[in-house]
Amino acid sequence: MSLIEVEDLWVRFPTRTGVFDAVRGVSFSLGRERLGIVGESGSGKSMTGRAILRLIRPPGKVEATHIAVEGDDILKMSERQMRDVRGQRISMIMQDPKFSLNPVMTVGDQIIEAYTQAHGSRANAREKTLEMLDAVAIRDAERVMRAYPHEMSGGMGQRIMIAMMMIPNPSVLIADEPTSALDVSVQTQVLRIMDRLVSERGMGLIFISHDLNLVSAFCDRVLIMYAGRVVETCRADRLHEAEHPYTRGLLNSLPRLDAPRRRLEVLKRDPAWSDPGSVRGSS
Amino acid sequence: MNAIGVENLNVWFGKGRDRNQAVSDVSFAVRTGESFGLVGESGSGKSTILRAITGLVPSWSGRMEIAGIALGKARSRQFYKTVQMVFQDPYASLHPRHSVDQVLGEALKLHGFRDVDQRIERLLKDVGLGPAFRFRYPHQLSGGQRQRVAIARALAPEPDILLLDEPTSALDVSVQAEILNLLTDLRAENGLTYVMVSHDLAVIGHMCERLAVMQAGRIVEEMTVEDMRALRSTEPYTKQLLESSLGYTRET
Repeated sequence: MSLIEVEDLWVRFPTRTGVFDAVRGVSFSLGRERLGIVGESGSGKSMTGRAILRLIRPPGKVEATHIAVEGDDILKMSERQMRDVRGQRISMIMQDPKFSLNPVMTVGDQIIEAYTQAHGSRANAREKTLEMLDAVAIRDAERVMRAYPHEMSGGMGQRIMIAMMMIPNPSVLIADEPTSALDVSVQTQVLRIMDRLVSERGMGLIFISHDLNLVSAFCDRVLIMYAGRVVETCRADRLHEAEHPYTRGLLNSLPRLDAPRRRLEVLKRDPAWSDPGSVRGSS
Repeated sequence: MNAIGVENLNVWFGKGRDRNQAVSDVSFAVRTGESFGLVGESGSGKSTILRAITGLVPSWSGRMEIAGIALGKARSRQFYKTVQMVFQDPYASLHPRHSVDQVLGEALKLHGFRDVDQRIERLLKDVGLGPAFRFRYPHQLSGGQRQRVAIARALAPEPDILLLDEPTSALDVSVQAEILNLLTDLRAENGLTYVMVSHDLAVIGHMCERLAVMQAGRIVEEMTVEDMRALRSTEPYTKQLLESSLGYTRET
């Protein structure tokens, strides 16, 4: 059974000038694999990730035939039931740890809270938290537990987020641009940790990013989104052989260290790319 | 001739025990017409160097020269006619309540131009925006269009040197390609000198001829782009930086 099954997902926002469709008829499934979602800003990739956790605030609306998490349709759940899904079965890492950690709570208390929520008791919470911080390569975990988020660097903050999201042992992790705010060297380290944890625990991962090279190297399968729909899906290691003109255009617009060019290719957008009808993203 | 000469530049913030040395003993020179890159991680001091040159940091020591003339504590109007800066975030560097016309008009008037009207039209054309954009406000523009306005504003006093602080890092890759092409064209047409700060080595490789790698406020290595492409570097830090920017390799 797939971990996540999304069928005909639409995310709509009413505006003064009519309804804006941020996601338009996206269908895909996720197994125990790493699924990359790539696209430019405004392509609907983050909205797709948020819709799976029902994190779209009104007046935004989520419509779908179903969004099944391990067989249970989350669109039929109450807010109360959703709380047992968020964090416990699916957790999410956002782009900037500065905005996703609570600034007035110590790091330790925040991770312990995540653990207590999941396991219903505080027993062993401290040891588990220390273990988890160790797993995300934080030395001096005791000190970090007493520290506040502003005392942490970006890379450390993101590792703390990963620790917090992993401690309830969810079956799916959604990572929305988890390393975009980090330096390249720190980026590698954070990815390495995520890579290892996801493999060890046999989790499903949805990796949302604008970085084609990164997704191609990190994921198993890729969905390419444009104007709210999936225009192409392919194996991640074959991303460089992608056929859709949009994907080709994106790849060619990147400057490359190994292949210098005098001018970069500029993407010529074809209105036909945004015509409705998504490619199915099921494996 | 050197467009920019920097010798033993130190920049610090705060004093006493809160003193933070942002740039330590940095020296480099940029030839006229050259494009020079500064790379390094966040906090390595690369943007601070640009800010020191433009006079945006108060506490510095050492020697900075523009076209052979040493810079003092204050910057003259003539300086800003020679050197202009483009900032990283086009969402933050344009006044939200000023239209494009006001933004460019103000810059032109400050520099004493009379034919403001024609110049605004020409600037917009130079950066690939039509006259239709003239009376728009920043919120009516996309990120790429805003960065074009910011570039037009920098070009208004007809400078010789542009300091570019991560000009495309807030933009999508397809838009980045457009802006980088624009910058390439402008440099060729106007014979500009660029100093470009970026954390993206591929962008520096595309835009520059030489670069300096920075770490913790110091320049660890200066190299040509050819050397960078061939991964010929003597410093372990540069090697590591180059390797990590070549992309992620999965463990099996």
